[in-house]
Amino acid sequence: MTRFRTLLSDLMHADRHADRVVPPTGHTAWLTLFTAGAMTFLAVFALALSLASGRLADRWADALARTATIRIAAPPDQMEVQIRAVLDVLATTPGVASARALTDDEQRALLEPWFGPDLPVESLPVPRLVELIEEDDGYDAEGLRQRLAAEAPGAVLDDHTRWRRPLVIAAGRLRLLGWASILLIGGTMAAMITLAANASLAANAQVIKVLRLVGARDAYIVRAFVRRFTLRALAGAAAGALAGMIGVALLPSADAAGGFLTGLGFTGAGWLLPLLLPPLAALVAFLATRTAAFRKLKELT
Amino acid sequence: MRIESGGVLGNGVRHVRASEGCAVIAFDNVAYNYGGGELLSEISLRLAPGSFHFLTGPSGAGKTTFLKLCYAELLPTAGRVALFDRDVRGLSRDDIAHTRRRIGVVHQDCQFLDHLPLATNVTLPLTVSNREPDVRDLTDLLQWVGLADLADALPPSLSGGERQRAALARAVIMSPDVILADEPTGNLDWEMSLRLLTLLVELNRMGKTILVATHDLNLIRQAKAQVAARVLRIRNRRIQLAGADL
Repeated sequence: MTRFRTLLSDLMHADRHADRVVPPTGHTAWLTLFTAGAMTFLAVFALALSLASGRLADRWADALARTATIRIAAPPDQMEVQIRAVLDVLATTPGVASARALTDDEQRALLEPWFGPDLPVESLPVPRLVELIEEDDGYDAEGLRQRLAAEAPGAVLDDHTRWRRPLVIAAGRLRLLGWASILLIGGTMAAMITLAANASLAANAQVIKVLRLVGARDAYIVRAFVRRFTLRALAGAAAGALAGMIGVALLPSADAAGGFLTGLGFTGAGWLLPLLLPPLAALVAFLATRTAAFRKLKELT
Repeated sequence: MRIESGGVLGNGVRHVRASEGCAVIAFDNVAYNYGGGELLSEISLRLAPGSFHFLTGPSGAGKTTFLKLCYAELLPTAGRVALFDRDVRGLSRDDIAHTRRRIGVVHQDCQFLDHLPLATNVTLPLTVSNREPDVRDLTDLLQWVGLADLADALPPSLSGGERQRAALARAVIMSPDVILADEPTGNLDWEMSLRLLTLLVELNRMGKTILVATHDLNLIRQAKAQVAARVLRIRNRRIQLAGADL
């Protein structure tokens, strides 16, 4: 904890004189600025991807978990009897909030993507569907299956588990992928800034030599470089975050007909999350430069 | 070989024998090895406070190495070096930094922070010690070394002599106990060399311990006319007190 407070103090109260002893120009300045900007820009999209995946996983898990379908396959003359029997069973099943048979129009709409708009559903031997919505506590799926087998032998309960689970897993993995991307981006940025810091330290060997000669402590020299790199990373990351947020804002907005990609963005307070990236980038730069500088100083003198 | 070396305090009239415990720099059977053979060996000496020494020897004899050992830029490969009665091997990196604030160093190729003006370079030892420079003191110091008009100049625009005097100003701004100079007149004409020597003699009269590595025998003769300077010579990896042949 003390060490953390020291680090924070170094970051917040870095000596401006120390900053000045490092020449202000050099390719490492632009490298750091560009790296932080580009990485934060990518991190904004990774964050948007992760949040969108999370929302999708939650939506699928929630919406699909509360509904189930009963498929009834029976000869045409027994279809209505079977439907009635199923609805009667459902009406007396604890945990079932409501149940209804899909109309011909609804069934036609479901089949339209495969058979076109004018499918004569009523004259074809297609199974009929009954949709049920469960209560919060849910119902006993196995018990319901057994009752259906007894009362309506042609009825099969599909509680969506079979295809819901892989979808939810896929969305969850996508969310993890987003977070992993952010971590990788952070790691890459740390590596790039470490390289830039090492290059800067090597290029400023004379500065370090002079500072050591006049009695500068390692911490003083390190602060000079750390402050410079932290501020550069903060500035670059702020620009990258802003550009990323504009990019996300320009993506098509989510709508009912849209797919996953049109929902890729931030909603509500989620727009505040990208604003955390510049301070995080600065922290990454601070730690990376500090570590590199102390290591390099021990090598140089 | 052990050399007990005396020094001069005040106006150069009081000769003080170095004694155990009051040496600012003490070498005890020190050797230094660069890896390609021994450069210095069996060196034992003590520099008393307020003493003035020259260090001579041919090029490559180890004068610069000896000076680096004196401010812990290098550590001995054998023996013991003590700065202000503390063994350098027991010093942490921070301790070494603090010790160097008591030792002003002037190199032949004196280096500066080229992007900062001369005045900022001169006050650098104060800056790194988190001390604010006094403007009047700085002006006095720059006048003393004859660089008052160049306070805002950048180091690359200075001549060799100006750089040497700037380096001397930087070396003394912390009022160090010891001043080490490595061939400080190497790039200077005779007139400028004498001017620098005068500044070093004045510092010695203020009580500073001075050690100047040089191969300029004329400079040494000139100094001995002004101050009770002793001459050390590196020969065959060892340090000897030079005699009257100088």
